[in-house]
Amino acid sequence: MTTTQPETAVGAAADYLDQRTGIAGAVKEFARKVFPDHWSFLLGEIALYSFVVLLISGGFLTMFFVPSMGFTTYPEDSLPVTMQGVEMSEAFASTLHMSFEVRGGLLMRQIHHWAALLFMASIVTHMMRVFFTGAFRKPRELNWLVGFTLMILGLLAGFSGYSLPDDVLSGNGLRIADGVAKSIPVIGAFASYMLFGGEFPGEHIIPRLFTVHILLVPALILAFVGIHLLMVVLHKHTQYPGGGRSSKNVVGFPLFPVYVAKAGGFFFIVFGVLALMGATLSINNVWNYGPYDPSPVSAGAQPDWYMLFLEGGLRLMPGWEWVIGGFTIPINILVPGVVIPGLLFTFLALYPFIEARVTQDKSEHHVLDRPRNVPVRTALGVAFLTAFVILVLAGSNDLIATHFEMSINTITWIFRVAFFVAPVFAFMVTKRLCLALQRKDRELVLHGHEAARLVRFESGEVIEVHKPLSDQERWLRVNYQAHAPLVIEPGEDARGVRRRGYAADKRWQALSRFFYEDRIEPVTPAEIANTHGAHTAVEQSDDAPQIGH
Amino acid sequence: MKALAARRHHRFAPVVLMLLALLATGALYAVMTPTTATADTSASAEDIEAGKQLFQANCATCHGVGAGGADEVPSLIGVGAASVNFQVSTGRMPMQASGPQAPVKPAQFTDKQVDQLAAYVASLGAGPSVPTAEMVDPALGSPSNGAALFRTNCAMCHNAVGAGGALSEGKWAPALWDTTPTNLYQAMLTGPQSMPVFNDANLTPEEKRDVISYLVEQREPSVGGLSLGSLGPVSEGLWVFVIGMGILIGFAVWIGAKSS
Repeated sequence: MTTTQPETAVGAAADYLDQRTGIAGAVKEFARKVFPDHWSFLLGEIALYSFVVLLISGGFLTMFFVPSMGFTTYPEDSLPVTMQGVEMSEAFASTLHMSFEVRGGLLMRQIHHWAALLFMASIVTHMMRVFFTGAFRKPRELNWLVGFTLMILGLLAGFSGYSLPDDVLSGNGLRIADGVAKSIPVIGAFASYMLFGGEFPGEHIIPRLFTVHILLVPALILAFVGIHLLMVVLHKHTQYPGGGRSSKNVVGFPLFPVYVAKAGGFFFIVFGVLALMGATLSINNVWNYGPYDPSPVSAGAQPDWYMLFLEGGLRLMPGWEWVIGGFTIPINILVPGVVIPGLLFTFLALYPFIEARVTQDKSEHHVLDRPRNVPVRTALGVAFLTAFVILVLAGSNDLIATHFEMSINTITWIFRVAFFVAPVFAFMVTKRLCLALQRKDRELVLHGHEAARLVRFESGEVIEVHKPLSDQERWLRVNYQAHAPLVIEPGEDARGVRRRGYAADKRWQALSRFFYEDRIEPVTPAEIANTHGAHTAVEQSDDAPQIGH
Repeated sequence: MKALAARRHHRFAPVVLMLLALLATGALYAVMTPTTATADTSASAEDIEAGKQLFQANCATCHGVGAGGADEVPSLIGVGAASVNFQVSTGRMPMQASGPQAPVKPAQFTDKQVDQLAAYVASLGAGPSVPTAEMVDPALGSPSNGAALFRTNCAMCHNAVGAGGALSEGKWAPALWDTTPTNLYQAMLTGPQSMPVFNDANLTPEEKRDVISYLVEQREPSVGGLSLGSLGPVSEGLWVFVIGMGILIGFAVWIGAKSS
């Protein structure tokens, strides 16, 4: 222990703090933490910073919002003119009041809403990055689940907040939620009565949503964000493949001062962009929709973008209803409202575990995959996104009809077919593209860059000159693992006794074959050595890489 | 020029070139599109005979010499001057081409000719007449009552603020941003194309004026900034990706550019 006295004021303050908390050790540890640099690692930060903006702007809004469905009449002397003297709930009146009469209120509302949209947009984009680069592999499967939970909580936060102003549009959304709840067999009506405290819409839903929106969900998000970040620190950050990067190191900049400056600066950029959007782009003008009344539904009634896929499912589904023993089973709501989102979300949540099972890869991974090197995963991801995008577009079918002068009936039928066909097509195309890119990599590693030079010898022989790849370029293209399908033990042992669990193993093997049957092996050092001599010869060899076994 | 020549192989050169080309095309288009001819607004009373002449020359092919209609063409006897004025002054008639719905196009007749046509058709049978300027004056209506009426009667097709919407089989409810108050009144009164008729028992003349007042109020600039077409959450969602994620990913690329 040295006994040097700090000389500066900051030093003295730090010393004071350290002597009482022993924080120096933690600071030292954190300040030296290394983070790799890549733009796609900042997508999650956009989500984090939009959440901070949501907390700040949301705190402001709670000062003026009245979470009550009590009856009131909007004052004749308040703006907007279209609402003067109109009967409405106190929640709606207070939303109008904070938008038109509170200084800076509309700006805050708009920043809050844009931040909510950006929060979900960045979460989804961040998830895509994690998925396509395989960052969810061991040891990060649990953190994927934490992130998945955060996305679901984000949906809940968005939907509950969007419904608070008690306007016609959000009321339409609540009515759909009510319908979806009621579509669940047996418990449906009870669930709906429990949610709304009686028949829809009742007088309780706004105060209840308020509690969910400002207390329960934000507290849960905060807790899960804490766990999410803690696990990032525990696992250390993943890095893109490249020379000198392995699962045993992290190549990047230390948290202090470089990353603190970069990440801290990025917070202000996110806040700035949101403030700019809030100041210049109007969003959710609730006075356009008017106070909630169960009868009107306006054209172009849609939920915020992250719920639009559910709306799309409802719009695509034919109006089928089964009546079984006097009970109606509303297939038209149950399938798009419960089954489809259930399937999509289950796939997302379970994917890391399914992939781990069919790969039987128990080692830790800290270096990311290039998407092309895991063709089936990449293709599954693209197929999933294709289905999602088709549902989103189907949810906007009326706007597509008016803006592209098409028949809405035709569009609906196109999407009905596309929902089943397009993901399969997208899967096949993406998988082929990945395999083709891998073949191109092989080609490049074995033969080098084309230098666009042909040399003819006196003998008449013509060769094409290739420039060999640099070490970095080669490293990037050969350092991956092409997994092979699972090999399982035979169903019967030497004495012909059947083995338990063989049938299940067979099924996993079939799935594993689906994943890894088509694969391109990375170039081995031996292959490179072999082609070295052939390099000066005429390039006409047909060494297309082998697919499969 | 030398600097330009040196950079023409830069990887962003095609992008820059494409942007310039798009800009040039847009500018040329803006300069060269034909502008709408301004119609003669002198409203002198014309005799029915002149209208009949116009009708025979321009409308009778489909609607019949006596305006009695045919299989798929409506009879015009009793539709009134308001209907003719609406259809012809907005350019919907004479119809451009057969299709799900008659689109708006630049009006083919002067106001005077429209009045003559309307006078002729009105002479064939009694029907609603063209509203007076006072009946459609937005300043005399109540926008808040109009908003309530619009929500319950119009918004399901025309969108909450009149941005328009889709109907079945390629038909549509048009946007109401540029429709004149007189045409708005006539549309409610006569129910053109797929639109239902809102007669004076459904919506009194005062209530029609309130609706007009609400719609004209929507033409004021949006208080919260750009209206993004007043199309609701879909356009907001589109722009959060294009502008929000677009700008922020741009910054992220910049921050991550000096890679280790």
